[in-house]
Amino acid sequence: MTDQVDQKPLTPTPVPESVISDILEKNPELEGIGTYQYGWADKNEASANARRGLSEEVVRDISAKKNEPEWMLDLRLKGLKYFDRKPMPSWGADLSGIDFDNIKYFVRSTEKQANTWEDLPEDIRNTYEKLGIPEAERARLVSGVAAQYESEVVYHQLREDLERQGVIFLDTDTALREHPEIFKEYFGSIIPVGDNKFASLNTAVWSGGSFVYVPKGVHVEIPLQAYFRINTENMGQFERTLIIADEGSYVHYIEGCTAPIYTSDSLHSAVVEIVVKKNARVRYTTIQNWSNNVYNLVTKRAVAHEGATMEWIDGNIGSKVTMKYPAVYLVGEHAKGETLSIAFAGEGQHQDTGSKMVHIAPNTKSSIISKSVARGGGRAAYRGLVQVREGAKNSANTVRCDALLVDTISRSDTYPYVDIREDDVTMGHEATVSKVSEEQLFYLMSRGMPEDEAMAMIVRGFIEPIARELPMEYALELNRLIELQMEGAVG
Amino acid sequence: MSTLEIKDLYVSIVTEQGSKQILKGVSLTINTGETHAIMGPNGSGKSTLASTIAGHPRYTVDSGSITLDGEDVLAMSVDERARAGLFLAMQYPVEVPGVTMTNFLRTAKTALDGKAPSLRHWTKDVKQAMSQLRIDADFAQRNVNEGFSGGEKKRVEILQLELFRPRFAILDETDSGLDVDALKVVSEGVNREHAKGEMGTLLITHYTRILRYIKPDFVHVFVDGRIAEEGGPELADRLEEEGYDRFAAATPAVEA
Repeated sequence: MTDQVDQKPLTPTPVPESVISDILEKNPELEGIGTYQYGWADKNEASANARRGLSEEVVRDISAKKNEPEWMLDLRLKGLKYFDRKPMPSWGADLSGIDFDNIKYFVRSTEKQANTWEDLPEDIRNTYEKLGIPEAERARLVSGVAAQYESEVVYHQLREDLERQGVIFLDTDTALREHPEIFKEYFGSIIPVGDNKFASLNTAVWSGGSFVYVPKGVHVEIPLQAYFRINTENMGQFERTLIIADEGSYVHYIEGCTAPIYTSDSLHSAVVEIVVKKNARVRYTTIQNWSNNVYNLVTKRAVAHEGATMEWIDGNIGSKVTMKYPAVYLVGEHAKGETLSIAFAGEGQHQDTGSKMVHIAPNTKSSIISKSVARGGGRAAYRGLVQVREGAKNSANTVRCDALLVDTISRSDTYPYVDIREDDVTMGHEATVSKVSEEQLFYLMSRGMPEDEAMAMIVRGFIEPIARELPMEYALELNRLIELQMEGAVG
Repeated sequence: MSTLEIKDLYVSIVTEQGSKQILKGVSLTINTGETHAIMGPNGSGKSTLASTIAGHPRYTVDSGSITLDGEDVLAMSVDERARAGLFLAMQYPVEVPGVTMTNFLRTAKTALDGKAPSLRHWTKDVKQAMSQLRIDADFAQRNVNEGFSGGEKKRVEILQLELFRPRFAILDETDSGLDVDALKVVSEGVNREHAKGEMGTLLITHYTRILRYIKPDFVHVFVDGRIAEEGGPELADRLEEEGYDRFAAATPAVEA
């Protein structure tokens, strides 16, 4: 089969509901597809011609296309070596379906990054219009936007007042060219090249992602947003994000992710490194809604210095497989780490998510709250590590994970690892697994709500403690995604 | 006028000991505008009748029929019954964590009416109904039934009755666990709705106490899964004096 045939876009035109129900009756397997709204694809010449497979030549080619300094190429090649040498993880989700030889590691979709939406090629612009990104920017719900399409950031904008205050918000490729000194110091310092197989892969072939620098004392009140879109089938997207919040600063970074529905798989393997300096605070929110043919294997880690606060809000709704455990290394006294995690595993999905908190300095605090929902035979697992190293006296941690099973064919697992090497610590752990109770369903249905609506209300209520931490538009988006996931969940 | 008709209803539940028949031939006709009281000792099947009408999955109808203006209620799902105008004020309303009363009430009203209520009127209606039932305004932002006391839960059930305006309301031991003041407030709520003349009420109770506030037109005495005696309000007075012993003694041995 040629790529051109692979690329055939799914029609985005709405079909009348009566027609849909007819189609579904004949093809029940399509039901899951009908609920994913971002499943269209654009025709794209560049991606059609992109090469498959990974080799030293591919890595050198990516680096050359980007005119990178020698040290970055060396680092990439080192990443490739580690990637080749390291075995696949033997734990977590089944990754045997990934065909590394069939993946397109670099796809350039447009020659020039745009500063206005009008400057983008029409296909790409339409994609973002459909996703509502320019609208959010016009409505000033975000103070900066980066849009990554395939391997590169195609649109980028930061509010002028923030630029005047010295805030830097760039795609990582440009940032490397413009701020080599910062990159030499921090790139790969939080997540080393050999950290894990997929971090090594990312280091070898990374492209795109965001670079954020917030100067001392500057508070970016309105979030910065990044939007990641995979368009090509068998695409590998390997963005690399580096955020540095200088002393006493604050920033909230939000990312969203979608992809078309294809019959064969794509790979998203990002690396996110964050430095939270003394008394600074960073909140990093992800609403991941990849289509159900994307392997999402992401390494995210932050270092929190004295008095600093790092917050991960991690929503995993989509993807085929997600393995992601955002981490905070609490290296300064009184540093705080917090993870709020939501995972939704529907039919054919495996969400293996959680968090990692490493207490290195005394008087550090961390908390992990995880909520997972499984339905339709999906698997949701909480996997977490809390480590208190020697010397991290008077540290405190709480972990709470709640799982909700919507039916009897789905599965929930909890893997809470604890490694304490100091006496004077406070730990709390609570875990619950519950089923949607017959009584709750009966109560809501007896008030006129159809079963799927009642179910969605119970699920929304279950994740509400996390949804309320999101900015309103994102909380609504999350609720809507949950509703879509719950459609066809019953009967 | 609408009619809810129950004909020769036999209902059983599955227990650890096997299937057990609870209702053994119940017939009852309620018209809108009427209030029927069902009285009886514990375990006589009163609540089973209430739950069966609402369609609780735990109960299996063995034979008999329930119709609403001729429509087969037993063929309807739980939500369809609600949308057809049946409302059950529950004995033990459940908690729904993370869902505010405001959200719940509005979603239910929208589902029942097939369209969202006009926001301005709705907010006013909710506020007024809450204040009449002496429900604190801050309950609107609390999660459904979460941490509510027994009395608060019952008031919230009646709040729903007033806001949803069903054609037939079944009150399943709404009076149990209420102190005199709460009982009065709750009864006034039912009476307010009843006074509009468009609702039939099936009041299920163990005690005669609530009948001082809600006047029934008909009283049915339930014993061992069937109606042992029927009459007007005077029957309730007799029960007040004599209790249920008389019926228990008169009940023939359980049929095979």
